[in-house]
Amino acid sequence: MPAVSKGDGMRGLAVFISDIRNCKSKEAEIKRINKELANIRSKFKGDKALDGYSKKKYVCKLLFIFLLGHDIDFGHMEAVNLLSSNKYTEKQIGYLFISVLVNSNSELIRLINNAIKNDLASRNPTFMCLALHCIANVGSREMGEAFAADIPRILVAGDSMDSVKQSAALCLLRLYKASPDLVPMGEWTARVVHLLNDQHMGVVTAAVSLITCLCKKNPDDFKTCISLAVSRLSRIVSSASTDLQDYTYYFVPAPWLSVKLLRLLQCYPPPEDAAVKGRLVECLETVLNKAQEPPKSKKVQHSNAKNAILFETISLIIHYDSEPNLLVRACNQLGQFLQHRETNLRYLALESMCTLASSEFSHEAVKTHIETVINALKTERDVSVRQRAVDLLYAMCDRSNAPQIVAEMLSYLETADYSIREEIVLKVAILAEKYAVDYTWYVDTILNLIRIAGDYVSEEVWYRVIQIVINRDDVQGYAAKTVFEALQAPACHENLVKVGGYILGEFGNLIAGDPRSSPLIQFNLLHSKFHLCSVPTRALLLSTYIKFVNLFPEVKPTIQDVLRSDSQLRNADVELQQRAVEYLRLSTVASTDILATVLEEMPPFPERESSILAKLKKKKGPSTVTDLEDTKRERSVDVNGGPEPAPASTSAVSTPSPSADLLGLGAAPPAPAGPPPSSGSGGLLVDVFSDSASAVAPLAPGSEDNFARFVCKNNGVLFENQLLQIGLKSEFRQNLGRMFIFYGNKTSTQFLNFTPTLICSDDLQPHLNLQTKPVDPTVEGGAQVQQVVNIECVSDFTEAPVLSIQFRYGGTFQNVSVQLPITLNKFFQPTEMASQDFFQRWKQLSNPQQEVQNIFKAKHPMDTEVTKAKIIGFGSALLEEVDPNPANFVGAGIIHTKTTQIGCLLRLEPNLQAQMYRLTLRTSKEAVSQRLCELLSAQF
Amino acid sequence: MQFMLLFSRQGKLRLQKWYVPLSDKEKKKITRELVQTVLARKPKMCSFLEWRDLKIVYKRYASLYFCCAIEDQDNELITLEIIHRYVELLDKYFGSVCELDIIFNFEKAYFILDEFLLGGEVQETSKKNVLKAIEQADLLQEVRYLFSSLGTSMLS
Repeated sequence: MPAVSKGDGMRGLAVFISDIRNCKSKEAEIKRINKELANIRSKFKGDKALDGYSKKKYVCKLLFIFLLGHDIDFGHMEAVNLLSSNKYTEKQIGYLFISVLVNSNSELIRLINNAIKNDLASRNPTFMCLALHCIANVGSREMGEAFAADIPRILVAGDSMDSVKQSAALCLLRLYKASPDLVPMGEWTARVVHLLNDQHMGVVTAAVSLITCLCKKNPDDFKTCISLAVSRLSRIVSSASTDLQDYTYYFVPAPWLSVKLLRLLQCYPPPEDAAVKGRLVECLETVLNKAQEPPKSKKVQHSNAKNAILFETISLIIHYDSEPNLLVRACNQLGQFLQHRETNLRYLALESMCTLASSEFSHEAVKTHIETVINALKTERDVSVRQRAVDLLYAMCDRSNAPQIVAEMLSYLETADYSIREEIVLKVAILAEKYAVDYTWYVDTILNLIRIAGDYVSEEVWYRVIQIVINRDDVQGYAAKTVFEALQAPACHENLVKVGGYILGEFGNLIAGDPRSSPLIQFNLLHSKFHLCSVPTRALLLSTYIKFVNLFPEVKPTIQDVLRSDSQLRNADVELQQRAVEYLRLSTVASTDILATVLEEMPPFPERESSILAKLKKKKGPSTVTDLEDTKRERSVDVNGGPEPAPASTSAVSTPSPSADLLGLGAAPPAPAGPPPSSGSGGLLVDVFSDSASAVAPLAPGSEDNFARFVCKNNGVLFENQLLQIGLKSEFRQNLGRMFIFYGNKTSTQFLNFTPTLICSDDLQPHLNLQTKPVDPTVEGGAQVQQVVNIECVSDFTEAPVLSIQFRYGGTFQNVSVQLPITLNKFFQPTEMASQDFFQRWKQLSNPQQEVQNIFKAKHPMDTEVTKAKIIGFGSALLEEVDPNPANFVGAGIIHTKTTQIGCLLRLEPNLQAQMYRLTLRTSKEAVSQRLCELLSAQF
Repeated sequence: MQFMLLFSRQGKLRLQKWYVPLSDKEKKKITRELVQTVLARKPKMCSFLEWRDLKIVYKRYASLYFCCAIEDQDNELITLEIIHRYVELLDKYFGSVCELDIIFNFEKAYFILDEFLLGGEVQETSKKNVLKAIEQADLLQEVRYLFSSLGTSMLS
């Protein structure tokens, strides 16, 4: 027994606990417990009324037994009796028992609620707190029904003690999380927000958690909390390390409260009020500055508390994603942590950088740390840290570093922990596909994956390589040659046999000219693996053999012999047997022509979302990966499903027939319950007929501003009102692009007949091709649906397409139109060039029609880093050390359209004194110079 | 925070606090799984790990592991300091707290935790204020003992 047993001396309890500890075996323990249970039962049933102390002691013993992991089926009534004791500790034990062992016995609930009600009304703050703690601990719906209406009153009552307010706030939070419908909003909500101003730091600390939760569900009702939170935060951040007395933790003022306030601010976009925003940015800067100051204590608690605030600050900066300056500073700070001796900090820095990598402003800055991250992958001793390093490499990957990152991941895979191999395989497969410029590299990478970690290569991965090879003629010969060589290895993975079998069956003819890979050699090679493989692989190989019969008539007899053998024709597996019988018959009876038709090369697969990506998302859970994936997804040959050909009808959206025109005419008032208007033209949503524009709403207010914001970035929220949020993620490569449009239903009610339509005006239509599929016409409350638009730039263009959305919400017809930010600069490919080349080309474009110049006043602060980020975001390369004046910016790139490529040079000269810019664009085409100049001028 | 577990190096659960509704069966399963995972980790490893869709933050103090499960957007470092502050509170209350104190006075450990964290959120971070609340209770209790030691209290 311990020397100190403070306050209370429930001797019987201590003896019992000692006894249990002294039990030598599980049996002995159970025996002792049963003895005690029998004893307590008899005491509770006995005639003699127990005094409060004994009742408390026995209830406490029962609790102890329960916490040891044994079932308790009595004692609840005694615990409830304790609740109405006027002795604090008896009440306390009663409440503890109820909190831990709630029972849905309705009679008991009524009694418990009664006792709680009395305590809440007692005006004794300690009793009130106990009751509130109990409600918070149980948090059941029954409790919510009984008390959700009373607690707000206690929370904002002028005469409530601070400790009661604290408990009431968090109690309400728990009830609100469990059953938000039970908590009535009302006059108290405004007063709750003002608790942010409370003098008592503990009250603020508790209240912020409640407010944060309320804000998430009703952002508009709680908007006033932004400025209050900012000023509170500002006071804390600027206070000296001792100002806050007991709320200072290891020289860090109010770390918990600071973190909570920063969390609260992440429920909202950056403050609209300039003064508030200024103050907040100042706070964020102060936190970043403090990170550079020498520590005030060597204790880890000091640095943890300080860095907790720093990481939360960085989260807020990332959430805003609008202050390039702060984003870059955050990235530098995290860069320092990457090499910190504290494992925890390295872990968090890797994690936090993952999100920074997806911001357009900091993506480049993150990339500079690639060597450190690769090193972490090789040297970290903790697998969870290595896992973060893999995630970060994946997030920072783009075309420029993909070969390096994929190579590093592959080499790490050789020794990687088994627990994370499958995920790495998926990531490598996705990156290799996404960033493959040269598809031979892609094929090599996937075959390497199979070689190194064949067991972890899921079906999706090997299906995928086949789909891609089939869809790209330029790589088919190489793929055939490579799999043929890989199959030479004495022991190769079954997955390789599958890929090899499939590819040789389709494209073996491309290498059959080489006597070293003649048809017979190919066949013998595959067949040498046959008997070692599982049934599905053998089935696949049989299909390869029949394909060979068509490709190479000279091996037909050999293959027929194999099919005819007993081990095939009488195979115990019915699938194998059937294939053998049917293929043998087919090869015997069918004419060459029929064979050629039946066994024709597979048609290309339709483009859909990558099944590997879907798998990775599933593996990681939707919350963590989705965003990053979507952000970083690039246009690629995205096909889906197993290697079975899809019916041709789904493969592409065809151009509308002239008759569709008639359906488009006068489609103005959409029928309330009828099919969405677009379905008339065969599911074609790219509405190219200007007549139907009469149904389109005028552009939403503010949509111009939003549009401009997307010129230099690809992701973000395009439109938001009370009902609907439209988010965009897009990516472009050369003259192609893909845009993911996310429609979020912000209400709790369904949207019906939800019909987004893309409209290209007559002027725009010949220059830009948009393809998409209809979305589900019903959008559930709180749900988000996604629409993918494939974009092709045929030739240069000026206008932007319009996205018009119509739907029914609770009986009213809603109509929203916004400009879709598909602008000419999206088809920019940056071009690096030396100073000399730049000036040579600049001179070549000296024809007056080729140059467009604009002189304009700065609308935003003139910050070099921001400007650089914007020029890069615009899509051109930023050329350093080209302009003799280092203050100027020079860029170069090529606009890719289907018909032509247009070289573009640009020069931006800031004049700080005058707060003016001069922007000059030179391209080979006047209209392009004009449009790019317009677009870019609006950015500064 | 979704839950907090205290367990010994031998894997014995010493305290469990759940802030989300779960069945007893589920609680036992989670406990078993997490105790195993955390005990398998080596001393210098990082204090955070991903587990299901939660983040686990843990720290060892002498023979006891303190282990919290937080949600994706929660702050790991501040959670680490929640653990530390709780240990400090126990320490201050018991005077150099050891595992035995928590075993024999488990109810006190729960009371202190309720003053500090409620519904999974930090309620009061001031050591003084938390302990004041607890000590007030002890005071009330001692008065009662005075009477009970005299036999049946006149007041009861």
